Amino acid sequence: MNTILSKSPGSEIKEHISYRGQLKRSAITTGPGLVWLVLLLLIPLAALGVISFLSRGDYGEIQLPFTLENYKRLLGFGLLGFDSLYPAILLRSLALGAGTALICVVTGLPLAFFISRLPARFKTPALTLVIIPFWTNLLIRTYAWQILLAPESWLTRFVHAIAIGNVGDPLYPGTFAVAIGMVCDYLPFLVLPLYASVEKLDWSLAEAAMDLGANRMRVFRHALLPQIMPGLIAGTIFVFLPATGQFVIPDLLGGAKTVMLGNAIQQQFGQSRDWPFGSAIAFVALALVMVGLWLYARKSQGKGGPDLL
Amino acid sequence: MQEKLVVPPGSETEKQSRNEPEVYAIQAENLVRRFGDVEALSHVSVSIRKGEFFSLLGPSGCGKTTLLRIIAGLDHCDEGILKIAGRDATQIPAHKRPVNTVFQSYALFPHLSVRDNVAFGLRMKKVAIEEITKRVERIMALVEITAFAERRPGQLSGGQKQRVALARALVNEPEVLLLDEPLGALDLKLRKQLQVELSQLQRRLGITFIFVTHDQEEALVMSDRIAVMNAGKIEQLDGVEDLYERPRTRFVAQFLGSCNLVEGVVREVTGAVASVQTTMGDLRVEIGDATRKVCVGEKITLAIRPEKMHFNSKVAENQVKAVVRDSIYSGAETQYRLEAGERMLNACALNSRVGSQGLNVGETVLVHLPADALIILND
Repeated sequence: MNTILSKSPGSEIKEHISYRGQLKRSAITTGPGLVWLVLLLLIPLAALGVISFLSRGDYGEIQLPFTLENYKRLLGFGLLGFDSLYPAILLRSLALGAGTALICVVTGLPLAFFISRLPARFKTPALTLVIIPFWTNLLIRTYAWQILLAPESWLTRFVHAIAIGNVGDPLYPGTFAVAIGMVCDYLPFLVLPLYASVEKLDWSLAEAAMDLGANRMRVFRHALLPQIMPGLIAGTIFVFLPATGQFVIPDLLGGAKTVMLGNAIQQQFGQSRDWPFGSAIAFVALALVMVGLWLYARKSQGKGGPDLL
Repeated sequence: MQEKLVVPPGSETEKQSRNEPEVYAIQAENLVRRFGDVEALSHVSVSIRKGEFFSLLGPSGCGKTTLLRIIAGLDHCDEGILKIAGRDATQIPAHKRPVNTVFQSYALFPHLSVRDNVAFGLRMKKVAIEEITKRVERIMALVEITAFAERRPGQLSGGQKQRVALARALVNEPEVLLLDEPLGALDLKLRKQLQVELSQLQRRLGITFIFVTHDQEEALVMSDRIAVMNAGKIEQLDGVEDLYERPRTRFVAQFLGSCNLVEGVVREVTGAVASVQTTMGDLRVEIGDATRKVCVGEKITLAIRPEKMHFNSKVAENQVKAVVRDSIYSGAETQYRLEAGERMLNACALNSRVGSQGLNVGETVLVHLPADALIILND
């Protein structure tokens, strides 16, 4: 110790202090967020995980023993042999999420390009228009669509007048109404991150691709798409995740005939008072999403793809 | 074939249309491009021979890049006709033209490796895979980028990117290679090296190069012919030596190298020699191949290069008395500012003798302006 000190007086101590100082500084900056995350996300999530392996008591209480019964039931292996009810709910919700994401991509891509090509003074108003739906409550927006799509509304008459669909068929409730409601709700989530990357596009790459013999489609595919991929993927995830858990819109615009993942979870924690099973559904939904993201991250690794996780 | 019948025999167009498939890679006739009220190109006509190293030289905003982009098909012209390899290409989209471009910013695809960047053009043309591999390897060896074929553009230095951009264009074996200030972003030493490599490469491949630059030295070093552009027009199109030795306009004289301009009035014309009255005295000027007629009494501008003037030589004519006002020694040569008859002249002398016999500031000298070095400008 003495020799070290005599060689470089105080350096060890200084380093130690600066390390502690750094620790202190980062505790101040990241501490509150960390505490928040642990208390309100990590602990409840862990509790959810534990509960999903417990059993329901006769009066809905959570009790031992530990069991895999909840997960078996979710996969369709119930007491009465195979039952497709819950696997179907899972698939239906995933399909709703994927469908919404797909329609949003198809409609959002041209929109993002359109806005970015507008003269500068029109860009902000256009983006504001995209965001405006957020200013209204989801329920109110959805009820508004009910009115607009009702059999006798002007919109329905107009649609029938231009000979789309059979006269007299209501536009609502049904898959079409659900699609409209979902896209209206989630489009901004896709357009905003996508617009951010379209704005940053290096158009000289498009010219280079054209110069090298690429037609319009291939210019988009090879020169533009790779550049906007990060925004497109971020937007798709922003749409897909919440859309998968959505159940208000399918209920209100789809006629409340089908159960979605969201309803199922709500039902288990609510009326059915089966917290362990509800936790299992929530956990499987979470796991599916995480596996999806992980697969994507693994695929894009080393390919210069965007780091999302 | 039918065209030949319509065009009057012996005319310029007739000669061109008979020869164009072999001789000209690019023929532009009366190209006009407007941006709002500004004419970026105003009635530009130029014919570029097959296999030559052709440079478009001019200050920024002179229209040289616009012309290049129109040839590439990345921009359109509002008027005029563009022929590539003898065929009308005015309406052909960029991706169907037999030309390729090396962009100023290189515009390499960041998500593709060097190898895939180079292969891009051939893949777009659906060339067979074995053929692609063969040609990509060959061109990568030629421009010496094989060593980092698997890297991405983000991991390359400026000079390396430049080579990749060159390979990516050349691998398609274009009729014409367009280079848009490709050396602009590189440091001086690398630029000099690549200038040499690029002109050697061009000679080896025999591909027509059209090179856009604002650097007059670069253009002189590399080109066979140069078109000097200014304000949307071609000021002069000539071989490198002619362009430097016989500039036609004030702009060319001053843009390419440095030049002294002397105004004067023509006093007398005898045969091929004119006598011009200037503030420095009367000067004898050889009219030579001046493209304009010289009339007695006319106001004209003469140009002379600094290195064409001689000091204290024993000739009788065109001697001007001048006072040395400044001298800048720069190793191989010394530049002088001379005051002659109320005007300043730039002169320079090669320090070819051991133990410099240079002029001293304040000294009075006789400067000889050779009659054949004085050029009559068109404006």
